[in-house]
Amino acid sequence: MGDRHHKPLPTTPIEERVVALEALLTGKGILTSEEVDRVIEYYEHEVGPMNGARVVARAWCDPAYRERLLEDATSAIAELGFSGPEGDHMVVVENTPAVHNVVVCTLCSCYPWPVLGLPPNWYKSPPYRSRMVREPRVALAEMGCRVADDTEVRVWDSSAEVRYLVLPMRPEGTDGLTEPELARIVTRDGMIGVAHH
Amino acid sequence: MSVRDDAFEEATIPRSNGALTFDAPWQSRAHALAVSTVDALGLSWDAFRVELMRAIAQDPGRGYWDSWVIALDSLLRGLGLNGLSEVG
Repeated sequence: MGDRHHKPLPTTPIEERVVALEALLTGKGILTSEEVDRVIEYYEHEVGPMNGARVVARAWCDPAYRERLLEDATSAIAELGFSGPEGDHMVVVENTPAVHNVVVCTLCSCYPWPVLGLPPNWYKSPPYRSRMVREPRVALAEMGCRVADDTEVRVWDSSAEVRYLVLPMRPEGTDGLTEPELARIVTRDGMIGVAHH
Repeated sequence: MSVRDDAFEEATIPRSNGALTFDAPWQSRAHALAVSTVDALGLSWDAFRVELMRAIAQDPGRGYWDSWVIALDSLLRGLGLNGLSEVG
């Protein structure tokens, strides 16, 4: 706890509990506070939906990569250098005019960190977790994602083993865009399936 | 369930590739503690995830990151690392 003086004093029981857990772990020599700081930095700056956006843009531009991605997503994603906790068993599901995919974790908050970063709060909320399974079309519409009546909605429940990533359809009118330009129009919500791209 | 649930309110925030995920510094610290601990002890991430599911199931109305802290505590206790006693 060498940098304790940099941190505000805990004011609530839960904050105290986190401080106490860190003290326990550092006291036993399992971690140092500097290591914890580095993990925070890493998740703040280096992991996030921009990684998944690169995967999607590559798949839109390179048919052979798209095929590898749909066959063995974990390896194809690792080709771009993305792997780590919550990314060991990736499956990519592809949106088509006939099928719209959306991902949920009904039990907790399973989410592919290496390609999407940490889940947004709504993803972890009980309403999202229950309603996206019960009435996906209505829940999607409320989130601004209308799915045509003749398009099938498939809901994928991330489980102990598998983390899903949606491969959105490439938007029309983007033929002239380069791969990095395409990566900038791919959104986190599109890769969860609560938006079209 | 009302469409005005916070969860869906939040979904109307403009979409961005830099998502806000923590409401307070203790939450990102708790997240990093679990990640670092699993790594330092050579555990599988599932070892923590099972605790997290259990903590969420125990009290679904509890804040997500509160459950996270309870899960970490419980993981450490399970390993005989003298986790903390339950607080409030």
